[in-house]
Amino acid sequence: MPAEGPAGDDDDIRPVPFRGGGFRHVPLGYLSPLVFVGLIALWELGSRTGWISSIALPAPSAVFAAFLDLVETGMLWQHLRASLLRLVVGWTLGTILGIGVGLAIALFSVLRAGLAPVVAALFPVPKIALLPLFIVWFGIGEGSKVATILFGAFFPTVIATYSGVDNVDRGLIRMGQSFGLAWASIVRKIVLPGAMPAILAGFRISVSISIVLLVAAEMIGARFGIGAYILTAGALFAVEQLIAGVAMLSVIGLTISRLIGRAEKRFLDWRG
Amino acid sequence: MELIVEGVSHRYGPTEVLDDISFTIGDGEIVAIIGPSGCGKSTLLRLVGGLERPGEGAVLMRGAPPDRSLNPLTYVFQDFALLPWRTVEGNVSLVLEDHAMTAAERREVIDDVLARTRLAEFKQALPRQLSGGMKQRVAIARALAVRPAVMLMDEPLSALDSQTRELLLDDLLELWLRERFSACYVTHNLAEAVRLGHRIVVLSRRPGRIRELVRIDIPLAERSTAVAELARLQQELWQLLRDEALAADRELADAG
Ligand SMILES: Nc1ncnc2c1ncn2[C@@H]1O[C@H](COP(=O)(O)OP(=O)(O)O)[C@@H](O)[C@H]1O
Ligand SMILES: [Mg+2]
Repeated sequence: MPAEGPAGDDDDIRPVPFRGGGFRHVPLGYLSPLVFVGLIALWELGSRTGWISSIALPAPSAVFAAFLDLVETGMLWQHLRASLLRLVVGWTLGTILGIGVGLAIALFSVLRAGLAPVVAALFPVPKIALLPLFIVWFGIGEGSKVATILFGAFFPTVIATYSGVDNVDRGLIRMGQSFGLAWASIVRKIVLPGAMPAILAGFRISVSISIVLLVAAEMIGARFGIGAYILTAGALFAVEQLIAGVAMLSVIGLTISRLIGRAEKRFLDWRG
Repeated sequence: MELIVEGVSHRYGPTEVLDDISFTIGDGEIVAIIGPSGCGKSTLLRLVGGLERPGEGAVLMRGAPPDRSLNPLTYVFQDFALLPWRTVEGNVSLVLEDHAMTAAERREVIDDVLARTRLAEFKQALPRQLSGGMKQRVAIARALAVRPAVMLMDEPLSALDSQTRELLLDDLLELWLRERFSACYVTHNLAEAVRLGHRIVVLSRRPGRIRELVRIDIPLAERSTAVAELARLQQELWQLLRDEALAADRELADAG
């Protein structure tokens, strides 16, 4: 047995108090569906008891009935198809162009000097302000809607891409050069993958901008589309349809965010 | 192939970094370059490998590079410079992909260098899964894959802990005994310099000038047993460097 400590009191032994807890998340995956269900149940209860006026906010069951109605009449598919088509075409084109222009700005000094200020000047303009112009240019049909979304997705992608490229480790590029890799190989195998985290983070921003623009564009002269559906519902004071439309937008947003999460897992798993 | 550094001087803006450096790296010879930090060692290595142009002087190659050398002057970097999104195999493959060879030939080269650096079982690992020492072995494997005439190594062991450094130093010695590569080995670690260098170029503080060229006649194979002799050499080098290092240290502190 070791010699007695300076205090000399054998009875006074206690564990060191634990001070390290908190400030860390524990996964509680079951909680969020519960919160959802709980909120909806409360809402339903509030509506049934008359606490919530059905004119201001219809019960979830009424919203669901409106949704079922959409499914049965086949209108759901019409609206969804129109919206998704605009969104996918506009966002995809905007993203492809954005990555291309962003890369060009990042790689060539001439283009950076010439284009970066133009991008900086146009980026903060709310693209919805350009919709009337696009209607003049491309007509009231699909063209102007797709163009608005395209522009909305284009600018954040340009900026995400070129700042991503700027942040690629110079040491890796130098390594590529020191092994005599071709310029195109350096861009494709070092620069682009290195900028990928920034580009994918840009996707999240460009997608949410695209959805905003989609709805706004559909509220100006469209027969089909979720935006048009919501607008019509509002004009008819059909609040349960209106809410059903909004819920659909939420689901679309969530789904796309899931997809981007998947893409991040797939392309950025090397970050661990 | 011989590499000749001839009267190289270099400056960045107003800062003179290197002043009239001349030395040669013979075939199968390891030239160690030591000097206080900030004296221009990395700059010198970049000039030697053609990543930057010297302000004055020239770096010349004499004689043909060995047969099938894909990249005669090949770097090994202090921070490894591995692509984090590629596996061990992919990182080696990267430097072969731009050369005309079939996929089978490429695979053969990759397997060969990974076996030589004892990395075969880690082929599919990502850099983040590897320790520092393993990462540097991957970088060395990558360098070997292009059959360099001269390896340009910029403090290859400085990012590693001392035990790993010792292991990798032995690996490098063993590798040299088998393959007789030539190298320009930059370090600030005197022990590494006396263990690996056939000759040692001692640089002064910035602007780097050659203070001394020390030749060590003990064959590399016998270095691990000639402990006393190496310790004495190391002490001598330290005497040479001590004042420079002290002055360089002060200089950095008040040069804001
Ligand atoms: N690209 C550069 N531009 C300006 N100054 C540089 C550059 N690279 C190095 N230097 C300067 O040159 C000096 C030598 O640097 P370096 O060669 O990295 O020294 P060492 O590798 O010996 O520590 C340092 O003072 C550093 O600040
Ligand atoms: Mg250095």
